[in-house]
Amino acid sequence: MALAPAITDVEELRGHPALARLLGASVVVEGAKFDREEMTIYVDRTAVREACVLLRDNPACPFNFLSDVTCVDWYPQEPRFEVVYHLLSIPKKERVRLKVRLPGSSPAIESVTSVWPSANFFEREVYDLFGVRFNGHPYLRRLLMPENWEGHPLRKDYPVEGYR
Amino acid sequence: MMAHMNPIASLEPGRDRTMILNMGPQHPSTHGVLRVILEIDGENVVRIMPDIGYLHTGIEKTCEAKFYQQVVPLTDRIDYLCPLTNNLCYCLAVEKLLGLEIPPKAQWMRVMLNELTRINSHLVWLGTHALDIGAMSVFLYCFREREDILRMFEMVSGQRMMTSYFRVGGLALEPPLGFFDFVRQFANRFPGNVDEYENLLTGNPIWGLRTKGVARITAEDAIALGASGPTLRGSGVDIDLRRDMPYSGYENFKFKVPVSQDGDVFARYICRVQELRESISMVQQALDGMPEGPIKADAPKVVLPDREKMKTQMEALIYHFKIITEGFAVPAGEIYQAVESPRGEMGYYVVSDGTAKPYRVHMRSACLANLQLLSKMCEGRLIADVVAAIGSIDIVLGEIDR
Repeated sequence: MALAPAITDVEELRGHPALARLLGASVVVEGAKFDREEMTIYVDRTAVREACVLLRDNPACPFNFLSDVTCVDWYPQEPRFEVVYHLLSIPKKERVRLKVRLPGSSPAIESVTSVWPSANFFEREVYDLFGVRFNGHPYLRRLLMPENWEGHPLRKDYPVEGYR
Repeated sequence: MMAHMNPIASLEPGRDRTMILNMGPQHPSTHGVLRVILEIDGENVVRIMPDIGYLHTGIEKTCEAKFYQQVVPLTDRIDYLCPLTNNLCYCLAVEKLLGLEIPPKAQWMRVMLNELTRINSHLVWLGTHALDIGAMSVFLYCFREREDILRMFEMVSGQRMMTSYFRVGGLALEPPLGFFDFVRQFANRFPGNVDEYENLLTGNPIWGLRTKGVARITAEDAIALGASGPTLRGSGVDIDLRRDMPYSGYENFKFKVPVSQDGDVFARYICRVQELRESISMVQQALDGMPEGPIKADAPKVVLPDREKMKTQMEALIYHFKIITEGFAVPAGEIYQAVESPRGEMGYYVVSDGTAKPYRVHMRSACLANLQLLSKMCEGRLIADVVAAIGSIDIVLGEIDR
């Protein structure tokens, strides 16, 4: 049951291809974490699209596949939302996790659908279940819940049984 | 019922020659409750838009209110054609969070049952896909073999479909006497069965006309749209998580990853049929090399004790009581665990805040991403090809809607 402690020092993790690329291109990296063999990079909310383009076109290790976009609600903490992007490099078989922190009041972030069209459904799902808006998304409508549903069910202040 | 009855989730008739046609949600070829809105010009599809959510049951929300071990039965219900793959993916994620070491026998059993699940899922896909396109008899052959696999699941877990056989820390029970013999008989027989399916379809000129060159997708488009699994390999991208990022002891197995370059319905068919042969060879390897030993990790605070010990040892009884009533605390952290499900990259993102209930469980559904290929595949083609295209991406709506 021995777990190695997480490494959170950006300088120590500089060797990771994704982090090296983002630091080299002066994207605002808010932090990094290497825990249980998985790399997490926190980027500024304004830089997420730029970071995704840089990682996708990274010659050393192209993270060309967007596995997943999801969100975690840390209510009542602020910043409340964490939007999580899981990227995969098909040529190098590497994974990296990008995270963006968003405030609880009117959370919005730039869409990455122009980088990966696959983000379309993923972002719609996050919008549907968390109420995070993705600016520049071509069709930001609810995906799973009915169009006239009230509230965003996966928020922590939404009761498990629903409102009724 | 007020769901989806509003006019927003629909295509507006734009050009004067076209009409809007609803396919589903009760259409037999949509494999569940998929609604596809088509804008058609005569027989040609101009635009296509999938409308999903009819099977949304809020599993991700439910998980947050359950103990870690109580989530396992929910994972069965996500993808009802490959429950064991979902069990495995979730258990691996939680085991990584805990830092648990799984004994070899449990790992080999997991691989063997996972490959049987893959065969099971591919058989349902092959049968229904052929049925959609018009080949009736394949369905009957496929379901004959599927019955045997469901019997194996029943033998180990007592359930034909909702198995919940993998638990955090190992397996639920020892496999019963006679189980391995039954699997071996099946494994000896099955390659001949695959020949039967191929005799019916692979060289069949009608099958070829309905599938070759239909719903073609390039490797670039497939990657950009998030395709994975046989759908991606059918377009010539050589990636399989079992080989490239091995988990649960897959590195001990020898297998080929079938890849086809054409990117059409036939290519995806060929990839899956060859996967059937690879999977059964892995089942054989697992039977031949099955290690002896325990099936549960040595972690009394996480793994339920054996029934025998509970009757003789006080500690076992206490641990049992505590796990059932309080669950087990998982160190804070997060894991994205991906496995190669029959449909592609199945991922579980589990976030722990250090308590006995997961803070967040998110399932990365391979089908949800694969479904986005539909418009690229079908626009500009005939309506009849839409049926072939939907069949070829092998969707399970339970997994898409969760």
